[in-house]
Amino acid sequence: MRERTYLEAVNEALDEALAEDESVFLLGEDIGVYGGGFGATKGLIEKYGNKRVRATPISESAIAGAAVGAAMTGMRPIFELQFSDFITIALDQIVNQAAKIHYMYGGKASVPLVMRTAGGSGTGAAAQHSQSLENWTAHIPGLKVVQPSTPYDAKGLLHTAIEDQNPVMFYEHKLCYKMTGDVPAGKYTIPFGVADIKQTGTDVTIVATGIMVHKALKVAEQAQEAGISVEVIDPRTLVPLDIETIITSVKKTGRLLVVHEAVKRSGFGGEVASLVAESDGFYALKAPIKRLGGEAVPMPYQPQLEQNAIPQVSNIYEAVLSLMKQ
Amino acid sequence: MGQSIQNKAGLTDQDFLNIYQKMWDIRLFDEKVETLFLAGKIHGTTHLSIGQEATAAGSGYLLRPTDWITSTHRGHGHSIAKNTEMNQMMAELFGRENGTNNGKGGSMHIADLDKGNLGSNGIVGAGYPIAVGAALSSQMQGKDQVTICYAGDGSTNEGSFHEALNLASIWQLPVVFFIENNQYGMSSSIKEMVNIPHLSERGAAYGIEGVTIDGNDIVAVVDATYQAIEKAKKGRGPTLIEAKTYRFKGHSKSDQRIYRTREEELHWETNHDPLQLTEKLLIQAGILTKEASQQIEANRKEAVEQAVIFAEAGTLPAASALYENVYVD
Repeated sequence: MRERTYLEAVNEALDEALAEDESVFLLGEDIGVYGGGFGATKGLIEKYGNKRVRATPISESAIAGAAVGAAMTGMRPIFELQFSDFITIALDQIVNQAAKIHYMYGGKASVPLVMRTAGGSGTGAAAQHSQSLENWTAHIPGLKVVQPSTPYDAKGLLHTAIEDQNPVMFYEHKLCYKMTGDVPAGKYTIPFGVADIKQTGTDVTIVATGIMVHKALKVAEQAQEAGISVEVIDPRTLVPLDIETIITSVKKTGRLLVVHEAVKRSGFGGEVASLVAESDGFYALKAPIKRLGGEAVPMPYQPQLEQNAIPQVSNIYEAVLSLMKQ
Repeated sequence: MGQSIQNKAGLTDQDFLNIYQKMWDIRLFDEKVETLFLAGKIHGTTHLSIGQEATAAGSGYLLRPTDWITSTHRGHGHSIAKNTEMNQMMAELFGRENGTNNGKGGSMHIADLDKGNLGSNGIVGAGYPIAVGAALSSQMQGKDQVTICYAGDGSTNEGSFHEALNLASIWQLPVVFFIENNQYGMSSSIKEMVNIPHLSERGAAYGIEGVTIDGNDIVAVVDATYQAIEKAKKGRGPTLIEAKTYRFKGHSKSDQRIYRTREEELHWETNHDPLQLTEKLLIQAGILTKEASQQIEANRKEAVEQAVIFAEAGTLPAASALYENVYVD
């Protein structure tokens, strides 16, 4: 057991990738001596210099676009968007350029870049610094979307993202940064499109992403005491999505709850629910599929309101109980 | 061959003849494209650069195959100048598998990385940061490359222009921002959309030298581009070139041009046609005759006709192509 925080895991992956591959470089606001908005790049400029760890002006469009241009011409840029909300000012380069170039050019160019960004609420940062917009990018063909929940996954998935030949959107959750777990030394990769069953169970399947994985695991513990066996599945990558593992689980449990922090309306949970409903897993369902997600409101500042805006352990537990009643 | 036309790039008479020939390629290619669109032979939309041939041909001629360009929605000329084959370009417009983009891109997305062409772009101003990224690669890889970022006047009001110029300047990247000021962003006169006389002034805000030139004067284009390229190669950073020109045709195929007068158009066509001006220059320099000029035009017309034949003979993409190349495997 080599215990490290999620933040340290991200930092290690960046460090190892910079050491291994000359074409890897970082760019983003305050990623130099400051160490990045949340500290993910701490110590890297000292180790690799300001040519490979490039602190940029506050210019999200230029950051993303420079990454696109560099990726097309032989480099492997990793850019940090300090808060995932800032994707709004980088979106043309991500959606209209990075995602489409390989296809639009008939496969004759590729854009191997990684966007790393911190998403989610729980820090009192209010409406413009707390969103979970990962589903926006999951909607765009050409992008891959990663959402690690544990330190182990963060490191392994980030290495995979950096090796990938496609643009990868890597969503870190702010509240995960301080969480600790086993993080092996050295480079290892976790394949995209392979969900991780974080807890095995037989009565209810919870598909959870990001911070909700941890809440779902708490619910699984509580439920265990009440004699309910909960299986918790973390897809880890939204694109590509390992729907097979989810369907297999639903066939076993007959009950499905999908939980994410992002606003429920038009959220990724709808996609998971639909895919299961369209599959032969549907016939195994003992109860209608349930979804939990953020309320359809801008994230409020006041702590209690902020908590109420997203699913909490109690909400998830209640949803499990209600599924069991059917 | 001699050097009858004074120019800063040291171009020979033969070089100017080559450029002149490229200008005809661009003119005739786009004229053919217009005809084909009107005849319903190719679909979608297209943006013609007829009247702007000197900017593309003059600047592109100074680039090596290893140098990069980014281009715009009005980009056929840039691609031709960067030596993308007209056959493949035409095949692309016909949606053929042997098109530059395997029929997946069309007029607005022609790209040819093997020739240093990072692609034209349907989003106004999007090429600026991409060009900066390519120039960053060159700098980081220690390669002696220059990137020319072609863009239009209207795009200088996009945030990406300002962000990219600033970034290129602070990192002293080997990039040339080449604004073709054809005076209209779709229907909007640039005079009404900015409150400065010259777009090149905007370079000063980012510590970038800006120059305004007559974009229909082939020597002015060659000189300004050469100086900007040399500066970039020496590691002295970017230049902003504003080349004043005029698009003889409308914005796209459906444009009736109600926002400008026929008199204005006639004035530019009569007095500022880059092909006429270049022909005159070459004849006066004694390196071209009227007959030879007509021969060049006829040759290039034939080349464009061959491109159409090539395109029509190309196979259409298989239905399975729909799903190919969404991701790199």
